Amino acid sequence: MEHVNWIALAVFIVLFGFITWLGFAAAHWRRGDLDQLHEWGLGGRRFGTLITWFLVGGDLYTAYTFIAVPALAFGAGALAFFAVPYTIIIYPILFIIYPRLWNVCRKHGYVTGADFVRGRFGNRWLALAVTVTGIVATMPYIALQLVGLQVVIGGLGIGGAGWVGELPLIFAFIILAAFTYSSGLRAPAAIAIVKDLLIYITAFAAVVIIPIQLGGFAKIFAAVPPAKLLLAPPSDASWGSFGVYGTLALGSAMALFLYPHSMTGLLSASSRHAVRRNAALLPSYSFLLGLLALLGFFAFAAGVKQMPEFAAAFASFGNNFSVPALFIKSFPSWFVGLAFAAIGIGALVPAAIMSIAAANLFTRNIYRVFFHAAASQRQETQMAKWVSLLVKLGALIFVLWVPTQYAIQLQLLGGVWIVQTFPAVVFGLYTRWFNSWALLLGWLAGTVLGTWVAVEANFTPTWALTIGGYGMPGYTALYSVIVNIAVTILATLAFRALGSASAIDGTVPADYRP
Amino acid sequence: MDGNEERAWSPWYLLLLIQFIPSLWVPFYNSAEPRLAGIPFFYWFQMALVLVSAAVTAVVYFATETSRNR
Repeated sequence: MEHVNWIALAVFIVLFGFITWLGFAAAHWRRGDLDQLHEWGLGGRRFGTLITWFLVGGDLYTAYTFIAVPALAFGAGALAFFAVPYTIIIYPILFIIYPRLWNVCRKHGYVTGADFVRGRFGNRWLALAVTVTGIVATMPYIALQLVGLQVVIGGLGIGGAGWVGELPLIFAFIILAAFTYSSGLRAPAAIAIVKDLLIYITAFAAVVIIPIQLGGFAKIFAAVPPAKLLLAPPSDASWGSFGVYGTLALGSAMALFLYPHSMTGLLSASSRHAVRRNAALLPSYSFLLGLLALLGFFAFAAGVKQMPEFAAAFASFGNNFSVPALFIKSFPSWFVGLAFAAIGIGALVPAAIMSIAAANLFTRNIYRVFFHAAASQRQETQMAKWVSLLVKLGALIFVLWVPTQYAIQLQLLGGVWIVQTFPAVVFGLYTRWFNSWALLLGWLAGTVLGTWVAVEANFTPTWALTIGGYGMPGYTALYSVIVNIAVTILATLAFRALGSASAIDGTVPADYRP
Repeated sequence: MDGNEERAWSPWYLLLLIQFIPSLWVPFYNSAEPRLAGIPFFYWFQMALVLVSAAVTAVVYFATETSRNR
């Protein structure tokens, strides 16, 4: 870590300088009145199919994903590949559900998922639950992006202990905060183009060059212990890893498009056609993610963890350092700089979108609803800009002073929490049969139960469920949202039996269609 | 009820939902053989499924898109 890789650092700084300029210049791109929230916070809903592809790809497939998924493959093996079926099944969901959401949000000027829930069910407390869940689930996610940035900064040899070691991260953070404040969603949209191109170049180069260096795929996979190469088959007593793998994929897929940053990315599309086309185009990133997951096995076969030059970095960052170490070992310095810039810039894009999404939520669904109903467009947007700074500052403080482990644990809980908004948002797009207070009760039941189980399980994602003596371990988010749905249905029936009238629906069926 | 417009539901969407089965039914692909260029089945099958699913989604897109709303 003491050894600074000057060539890599120079390439990294040049690319970072370029995207900094791009971030500020983006304010003038497809110019709009940045004093309006949908202009600052949704890019004026002006992004066509191609820009949406770059933006949402850069948004969903985050730097942390590109570090953590191969790290999981490196450490745990086959289980890490659940990311592939997960990112396959999100697209049928996107294709069927999202055009409806896009339409109704466009029609009514909704900027957040909570805006929609409030309009649909006329219950501001349910909307508040969706809002708070969104913000709380997003915060640790932003922190993890900064963790991804820390890892590559460490890989360049300019990280290290103490205040001086944290300066590069703080500097990158200031750049991020400044261009997000001034350009809004246009900044990450423009930067995502650079980031995505860099990450494709890096991944394809890695998948071609490294196996040649290591003597072919057969040799790489021969180095992986059989127990890590495949999932352990079910026994008579439990469905074991099979169920964990499948429920992780399904539960994660249900959660993904409920995250505020996913909504922000997709609602910024200029048409429902752009959303639908992207359901067929975005899987290219899933393919990329699969390739990157394989890098974990490459790193394992290359034996990077046993190399003395990486010992200090592995001690600081754990298995998250496996891919950076593999790049340093396999590539010439200038390409290491490019690859690290891809990951570093890849951290800024989602961090910017997440902070904008959280700011939109706070402004629209807390500030406006509970504190300042008469806020002008300009006041609303100014508030969102300040909140975006505050949210990022919180994430930075978290990363600097709290052990990384807590950010990971909170992000895991975030997945359990965000999926609890599934009934209100997704069922709400199709029906108003559900009572809004019943949805709130279901949300509460799922959140409390899911949190309790996750904490009891020592912050692992698995609920060790046993039914009739047969072990059915599975992803806590999926199991807890099933409880949520059951409670919602029963409570709705109870409210109906009591003759409770529902509030007025702010939408009509035609709003959901083209 | 929508006339010619793109519908809220179309039988083509069943083709999308079918993707869930091979993706989530783990016993189907949890094996090392047959390998492809040295890559175990578990890995190359799921990667191939990404491409097949994207192609299926594209087919459904063209089948359900109507020219009216461009």
